[in-house]
Amino acid sequence: MHNEAKTPLIRLAKREGIRPASTWLIRIASILVALILGSFIIMITGVNPIEAYGTMIKGSLGSKVYLQQTIKIAIPLLGCALAIAPCFKMRFWNIGAEGQITAGALAATFVVRQLAGKVPSLVLLILMALASLIGGGIWGLIPGFFKAKWNTNETLFTLMMNYIIIGVVAWLQIGPWQGRQGRMAQFPAEAILPKVFGIHCGWIIVLVLVVVVYIYMNHTKQGYEIAVIGDSLNTARYAGMNVGGIMMRTMFLSGAVSGLVGFIVASGANGTLASDIADGVGFTAITVAWLSQLNSFVMIVISMLLGILTMGADTLQTNLNVPVSISHIIIGLLLFCMLGCEFFINYRMILRSKAHGKEAASK
Amino acid sequence: MNEIMTFIVTLIVAAISYSTPLLFGTLGEILTEKSGNLNLGVEGIMYMGGAIGLGGVFYYEKIVGAGNANVIVAFAVAILFALLAGALASLIFSFITITLRANQNVTGLALSIFGTGVGQFVGEYMRIQAGGYVSISNDLKEAFIASPFPNFLQNIPIIGDILFGHSFFFYLAVVLAICLHIFLKKTRTGLYLRSVGESPATADAAGINVTKNKYLATIIGGGISAIGGMVYIVTLAGCTWNHEGLAGFGWLAVALVIFCLWRPLSAIWGSVLFGALMILYTRLQIPFIPTELYKILPYVVTVVVLVISSMRNNKEKQPPASLGLAYFREER
Repeated sequence: MHNEAKTPLIRLAKREGIRPASTWLIRIASILVALILGSFIIMITGVNPIEAYGTMIKGSLGSKVYLQQTIKIAIPLLGCALAIAPCFKMRFWNIGAEGQITAGALAATFVVRQLAGKVPSLVLLILMALASLIGGGIWGLIPGFFKAKWNTNETLFTLMMNYIIIGVVAWLQIGPWQGRQGRMAQFPAEAILPKVFGIHCGWIIVLVLVVVVYIYMNHTKQGYEIAVIGDSLNTARYAGMNVGGIMMRTMFLSGAVSGLVGFIVASGANGTLASDIADGVGFTAITVAWLSQLNSFVMIVISMLLGILTMGADTLQTNLNVPVSISHIIIGLLLFCMLGCEFFINYRMILRSKAHGKEAASK
Repeated sequence: MNEIMTFIVTLIVAAISYSTPLLFGTLGEILTEKSGNLNLGVEGIMYMGGAIGLGGVFYYEKIVGAGNANVIVAFAVAILFALLAGALASLIFSFITITLRANQNVTGLALSIFGTGVGQFVGEYMRIQAGGYVSISNDLKEAFIASPFPNFLQNIPIIGDILFGHSFFFYLAVVLAICLHIFLKKTRTGLYLRSVGESPATADAAGINVTKNKYLATIIGGGISAIGGMVYIVTLAGCTWNHEGLAGFGWLAVALVIFCLWRPLSAIWGSVLFGALMILYTRLQIPFIPTELYKILPYVVTVVVLVISSMRNNKEKQPPASLGLAYFREER
């Protein structure tokens, strides 16, 4: 009896060598759980959840126009998730993608204001892209520098940097760069990204980035350095790596990619700059990156999934009068379930078996 | 001279009314972070507190009928509903990060997305239910913003306005800050909690229940933060669901936690300062500084504090050492 009391009802053990197929099975199951939980909330509004999910799928994938819109939502999510991946691999919690997007878009807009009409369209677009890389990169480098030099908490620093740059753009928007009625003027036609298959060519850029980031993370020396730092800071130091330098470099690159996303959104999707250009993408992308296990190809799937939910919820509101905020609730539930399910992939639970109890009692 | 005095007094009074939601948000997050949990979901928690706290009052008044509502019950309902909403949201966070051991940053952001969604949804749902917009009787609206002090105290020139003219919630927040300070610094339980945030492995070895401490601090902290959202809705927003106004309070509360260096007492004046920075642009024009740039001042100041405190490397002025890190006993 005495022994039995010491064995807890549920014990945990690290799972070793789980098959990849079963891990994905668990993840898909967690998505289903989230959708079932979401259906309860849909029911509150008096709408049949099956009808609602059907409307969401039809409204996001059902026609060419809807599909294009969905992809448009997924592009910046994917791009930003790619940008965040190296930082998170390094266990550098960069939650400043929101600001880095804005900084990149700001830099690109600066180029438009200076050079539009003076250079050919292609040159202008390339210069805008370069400027956005530098703008976003610098905005990422600043917290990276302080982290490397004085070990300043990067989570809090990058978070504050978001609101600073967003505030600066808000000022430009109603101040020096104001077009009319508190908004900036639309970019001239030559500063707009051309369309391919009806969607601005940002999708090609991010798909190229998927491959580039994959190779960078898995098959280059720099990617290896990032992985070592993420696993063990002391090992990296012991191996003679310049940890501070690598942190700053990674943060610059990460910020630069986010900045490029800012350029894509400003030039491709919105055609102008506004203080809400990032619109939460920087935060949502963090969850995309994390849920994809920092694997760039999986990010395509997850960002499309979130795109479908966001776009679907729009249609849900117009067709069935369900508040559009349902998309945030379902995305939140999805994230909770997917974050939680990793536990069941890494650990297995052992219930205290009856046989064990008897055995203990007989001893 | 008299004009300047009046200006300063009105500025302080307005700053304090903006500081109250912030102060609740910050105090809750201080308690959470002291346990080593970095809950970035404060924004979502405050949304949930705001919408559900308002919902509680709205349905309470609907049930008893307009005019029959008891003011004290209305206060209790508002606080209780917000508290429960925040506690529930933080329970989700705690379960996923402590029991299921997921990353705190990512879970916190997920909670922000979820909470803003729930807040919006509840706000919208009530609006549709009420047909048009959520209305609370004027008696209650006035009660929420009225000062709890008798008139003769409020009528003292200057001091009356600055000290006795605020809503009940401000005084509640100040009392809470003092209690939290005493709890963290003077009680054994508070010491245990701090040790969990500094070094969970050591605390565990000393026989302190790390999991229980983290759970309780995060859940109670979330509840306190959520009250902040409710306070914004029932005082500043005039008892209507106003998500645009509430947006950003949660993040500012996270900033304020850093600014006041995890000290509840500093949070009192810190929140008033942040409140002043939030509204200064509507009251004071300083040449060469565009008004829009005032709004980023709280964040700039926070960054400066963060950098300076890390440069000085003063042990007293650091984040809890294991902030944001999960604790797995078997990974010691």
